[in-house]
Amino acid sequence: MMDFGFSLAPSSAINLDTVDLSRYRKLLELEPDARICMGCGSCSATCTAAPFSGMSVRKVILGLQRGQDREVDRMLSACMLCGKCTMVCPRGINTRHLILSLCRICADGTHKEREDGR
Amino acid sequence: MAKKKTADTQVAIVGAGIAGLEAARQLVRLGYDPVILEKSDRIGGHVADWHCLFPDMTPASRLLDDLTDATHDLRVICRANIVSAGRLGDGYNLLLQDGTSIHVRAILVATGFSLFEAEKKEEYGYGVYDKVMTNADLEHWFNTGIDARITGQDVRRIGFVHCVGSRDVKAGNAQCSKVCCITAIKQAIEMKEKFPEAEIWCFYMDLRLFGKKYEDFYIGAQRDYGIHFIRGRVSEVSENIDGKVIVKAEDTLCGKPVKVTLDLLVLMAGMVCNRDNHPLAQALGLGIDEDGYFRSKDNIASITASDRKGIFYAGAATGPKTVPETLAEARSAALDIHAYLSAQ
Ligand SMILES: Cc1cc2nc3c(=O)[nH]c(=O)nc-3n(C[C@H](O)[C@H](O)[C@H](O)COP(=O)(O)OP(=O)(O)OC[C@H]3O[C@@H](n4cnc5c(N)ncnc54)[C@H](O)[C@@H]3O)c2cc1C
Ligand code: SF4
Ligand code: SF4
Ligand code: SF4
Repeated sequence: MMDFGFSLAPSSAINLDTVDLSRYRKLLELEPDARICMGCGSCSATCTAAPFSGMSVRKVILGLQRGQDREVDRMLSACMLCGKCTMVCPRGINTRHLILSLCRICADGTHKEREDGR
Repeated sequence: MAKKKTADTQVAIVGAGIAGLEAARQLVRLGYDPVILEKSDRIGGHVADWHCLFPDMTPASRLLDDLTDATHDLRVICRANIVSAGRLGDGYNLLLQDGTSIHVRAILVATGFSLFEAEKKEEYGYGVYDKVMTNADLEHWFNTGIDARITGQDVRRIGFVHCVGSRDVKAGNAQCSKVCCITAIKQAIEMKEKFPEAEIWCFYMDLRLFGKKYEDFYIGAQRDYGIHFIRGRVSEVSENIDGKVIVKAEDTLCGKPVKVTLDLLVLMAGMVCNRDNHPLAQALGLGIDEDGYFRSKDNIASITASDRKGIFYAGAATGPKTVPETLAEARSAALDIHAYLSAQ
C-alpha cells in the first residue's frame, strides 16, 4: 500500500447512541432544574472564573449530556462557588447549588471514568 | 342583518388601540354605534408611537389614518376609567370615574399590553448610562429625529439586546414577547441605512422569526447589511470614561466570553401584560392568566371569548401579537359580538 502520510485520529464526534448519561441522570435526581437550561450563556458571561479557566455552567450542563466528562471535571475544579451565575440565570436555576450537587456526585466515585475520556 | 339599534349604545369598546379601532370600524359596518372608552388622552395605542411596520415597512401613520377616518363619527371618551360594571337586564351598566354611566349589551376588552420597563433590568443601565435606549425610544427617534443619545454622524458601533424583560423569570415574565426579534432586525436595518459605516451586533438567545417575510428580513440583514448576530444573552453593561457602553456576553456558538464597546445600545423591551389588567378584570369579573394577560375561554377556538356572557377580547389584551394578528382578531371579535347580539 502506498503511504499518503495520513493516519487515523480518534473521532471527535459525539455518538448519542453510546454516550454515558449516568452522571447526568444522577444530577437530575438532585437538580431537576438542570433540564430547563436554555443555553443562553448568561452564567458563563458573568462568571469571574470563566476567562481564566473556561468555567461555564452552560457547558457543564451540556457536557454532561454529551459525554464530555473529563472537560466537565476540569471546569468544576475552577469554580469558586461565588454564586454570581445564580444571580443572572433567566430561567431561575440555582446554578451554584447545582454545581455543589454535581461535585458531590463526582466525589461519590460511583461514576466510572470512560477510558477515552470523552 | 343587524337588529334595529336601541336608544342605548349596544357595545362598549375598552381601549382605542388598533384592536379597538378596527373592531369599531367593523361594528359600524354591521350597523352598530359603539362607544369607545380610552384611558389615555389620545387614540391609536402603541402603534401611534411606531414609525414603519414590519414586514412591508408600511408607515404606521397610514394604518392609523385609515382607522381614524373610519371611526371619527363615533363617540370616544378619553381619560376614561371604568370603576365598576354591574349586570343590568341582558347587559352591563358601566360606571366611569367621573360618574358617567353607560348601559351596553356587549363589551369588547381591547386594552393591549404594556412595554416592559427597561430600567427594571438594572444591569443593562437604562436611565443610568447615556447611550442606552429602548426599541420604543428608537421608534420615537425615527419619527421625530430628536434624541439626546443619537447626535451627529459618529454612531459607528451599535448593539441590540434581544429578550429584555422577556423569557426571564427574574423579571417576572417567562413568556416570549414574539415581536422583538423581528423588530430588532427591522431596526438594525434601518440604523444601517442611516449610518452605512456602522457595525451592528444583535445579541440573541434564539431568533424567533415565524411570520411571513421575517426570515427574508434575517437573510437580508446578513447578506445586504452585514449585521452580526451573536448567540448569547447579554449579562451586563457598563460605561467607560468616554461615555461609550461596554457589553459583555458569552458567544455561545464559539464558547467564549465576548466584550464589545459601542456608541449606542438598544434594548428590545418586551410586550408584557397591561399593568391595569387586575383592576379592570375585577370590575368586569374576568379571569387573568398566569402571564398576567386576560384569560380567553380557550386559546384555540375561542380566543376572543371570555368566561363572561357578552364580554369579548381582541388584540394584545390576551397576549403578545403582531399588527395583522391584532387586526384579524378585532374583525373576528366584531363578528362574534354581532352573532351574540343577533341571537338575543
Ligand atoms: C417596539 C415595538 C414595535 C412593534 N412594531 C410592530 C411592527 O412593525 N409590525 C407589527 O405587526 N407589530 C408591531 N408591534 C406590535 C404592535 O405594537 C401590537 O400588535 C399592537 O400595538 C396591538 O394593538 P392593541 O390595540 O391590541 O394594543 P395597544 O396598542 O396596547 O392599545 C391598547 C389601548 O388600550 C388603552 N387602554 C389600556 N388599558 C385601558 C383601560 N383600562 N381602559 C381604557 N383603555 C385602556 C391604551 O391606552 C391603548 O390606547 C410592535 C411592538 C413593539 C413593542
Ligand atoms: S459560582 Fe462558579 S460558575 Fe458560578 S459565577 Fe461563581 S465561579 Fe463562576
Ligand atoms: S444562565 Fe441559566 S439558562 Fe442560561 S446557560 Fe446558564 S444555567 Fe442555562
Ligand atoms: S421575540 Fe425574540 S427577542 Fe422577543 S422575547 Fe422572543 S426570543 Fe426574545
